[in-house]
Amino acid sequence: MAITLPELPYSKDALEPHISAKTLEFHHDKHHNAYVVNTNKLIEGTELANADLAEIIKATVGKSDKVGIFNNAAQVWNHTFYWNCMKKNGGGKPTGQIAERIIKDFGSYEKFVEEFKNAGATQFGSGWAWLVLQDGKLQIMKTSNADTPIAHGVVPLLTVDVWEHAYYLDYQNRRPDYLSIFVDNLVNWDFVNSCLK
Amino acid sequence: MAKYELPKLHYSYNALEPNIDAQTMEIHYTKHHGTYVTNLNKAIEGTNLEKLSLEETLRSVSQYPVAVRNNGGGHYNHSLFWEVMNPKEKGNPPGSFSDALNNTFGSLDDLIKKFSEAAMGRFGSGWAWLVLDNNGKLSIGSTPNQDNPLMDVSEFKGTPLLGLDVWEHAYYLKYQNRRAEYVANFWNVVNWNEVAKRYANARK
Repeated sequence: MAITLPELPYSKDALEPHISAKTLEFHHDKHHNAYVVNTNKLIEGTELANADLAEIIKATVGKSDKVGIFNNAAQVWNHTFYWNCMKKNGGGKPTGQIAERIIKDFGSYEKFVEEFKNAGATQFGSGWAWLVLQDGKLQIMKTSNADTPIAHGVVPLLTVDVWEHAYYLDYQNRRPDYLSIFVDNLVNWDFVNSCLK
Repeated sequence: MAKYELPKLHYSYNALEPNIDAQTMEIHYTKHHGTYVTNLNKAIEGTNLEKLSLEETLRSVSQYPVAVRNNGGGHYNHSLFWEVMNPKEKGNPPGSFSDALNNTFGSLDDLIKKFSEAAMGRFGSGWAWLVLDNNGKLSIGSTPNQDNPLMDVSEFKGTPLLGLDVWEHAYYLKYQNRRAEYVANFWNVVNWNEVAKRYANARK
């Protein structure tokens, strides 16, 4: 059972002008696809050949002889999750259950935004910033390179990719601008709410 | 006055075209390297690190805040990177340095192959290196993020002779996901005289 590359949940130009079609084309068709291809190559003929993505990630995390499999499989998972975290005309204040949870656990939406953007801006090098559910509480988390909350029993609710390839064609070195745009114009809060259930 | 300054670039932004494009050079030098210098100065302000050299600071970097490691490494690595490239020096390693490379790696092609593998194998952001290791031997490896072989925290240690930036910001505007092409074209602009000079100094 090979791992497959999911389609983007919207057209390549759907997130313009915030994320360009060119960025989505490289990011999905080249980067995301390469992680899928590499994962399949690395698991072929091993005991993980028929495992699903989450099983592969959990079976390889922290194992020094399985770093290549973990990196590629976790990146497949992270990117699929990231695509779902965005939509056309998204962003801004959330509605539904997540809105109440954010106020309860962060004090205000603005405080959440500040902490989430700070995590993205201070993840040095490549990685991801996350809103997660851990021990029954919403928390902000950042992970390096391919690392992912699902490898650590933490429930991801929202992520932003801060590998440079996610924003360099559109924002170059201005990662903070990309993070602001993501929060204000792209977040798919319906998807975040669906992850809470 | 701030201790660290952005060093002068000894060639124009378009000098390494078509291997490295002018827009990448300008953003990489003024924005990325510039920010490391600014943040390094902030990180050491009012501390005794104002009295240490950058090399001394990096050799004991485990004792200081992570901002010193990230920005000090960023400043050192980029300063070296600009110097080991040069559009006019295209060619082969000079004389006795060439002999040393051949003795260690077999041939220049073998060195290039091994170094390129290190550059391709570095997952995420980082650097590939040719160093003179602490046993006086030429060695190839890589470091994550802005770590470098001088740092006490680095698994790969030695005196850097040649470094290649494989952060995506170093190549994404021109090469996008094609890191391999960027790494292959790097060899067109390596300043072997500078690398040989660093080798001679490291052996002193």
